Amino acid sequence: MTTTVPAVTPAPSVWKVGTVASVHTETPTGRSIMIDVPGWGGNLAGQHLDLRLSAPDGYQAVRSYSIASASAGDRVELAVDRLPDGEVSPYLVDDLQVGDELEIRGPLGGWFVWRPEQTEPVQLIGGGSGIVPLMAMARAHAASGSTARFRLLYSVRSPRDVFFADELMALASPNFEVTWVYTRETPAGWPTPAGRLSPAVLEASTIPASEMPSVFVCGPTGFVESVADWLVALAHPAASVKTERFGGK
Amino acid sequence: MTHFDGNVLAGPLSELFTVDMTVAVGRCTGCGDESVLASAMVYESGPDFVVRCHNCDDVLMTLVHGPNDLRVELRGFGMLRIPR
Repeated sequence: MTTTVPAVTPAPSVWKVGTVASVHTETPTGRSIMIDVPGWGGNLAGQHLDLRLSAPDGYQAVRSYSIASASAGDRVELAVDRLPDGEVSPYLVDDLQVGDELEIRGPLGGWFVWRPEQTEPVQLIGGGSGIVPLMAMARAHAASGSTARFRLLYSVRSPRDVFFADELMALASPNFEVTWVYTRETPAGWPTPAGRLSPAVLEASTIPASEMPSVFVCGPTGFVESVADWLVALAHPAASVKTERFGGK
Repeated sequence: MTHFDGNVLAGPLSELFTVDMTVAVGRCTGCGDESVLASAMVYESGPDFVVRCHNCDDVLMTLVHGPNDLRVELRGFGMLRIPR
């Protein structure tokens, strides 16, 4: 690794109670959720939280969600995609309302994070809702005035399924280049047909290994593992490729 | 059965350790690979976890909840190096 920043982050084991401040529909199957968590105190870009739901009979379900925000205050933003057979995500996407309370533990994880003091180039690769922690990194990059070169490859089913579309457009700059891959349906007039990300497209639209980027890959497990294998085949050292798997297919 | 990775252990392990264990480096007794816990493969069943080496798939660790306790097996770690 090229970074020498400290790796130690605390392990907050306490469950806090957050209150839903607002919700925003992002896609036909997903929405972003702003939650006020007294005592949160900010998080690093890329960290996640655990969310615990309790049923009246005492049954509990805990799920991890990446945090889309990377600010210092007590407000966190999640973006959740409804999993067809999910136990928790349909509730978060369809039923959760402003004012509802949620049990939250975090911020969590000190590995899949980007810190503004990092100066090496950064390649972000997201599949579907895997954009969420990468969005936090893009926001932290912009907010800190970092001059590190950032590039994002965002693989998504169709233009309707893009999370944070307007903000990503607004963030694009010479220092933050975005490449879109549409797997099922493209915008009108798109130069290439819809199709899954391939090794050739990956190679053509990411920062080459010779520039020694840090690479962050997040998405469904199958997507992450394919991309990580291709990156290693493109001579990226395994240690510079950080992955986070959402499960799913 | 789909799987996650060691990032998801940050919360559960915060109940046992005071520092973030996902950045700890573990040595697999099966193949000798040394990697951060975040990169291990994690299989979930309800609140329980089986953690496997990303290199050789040997079981590194299990976390199983009983009615009155949490059973932790660290059978696959020959060493854990924890940043401080």
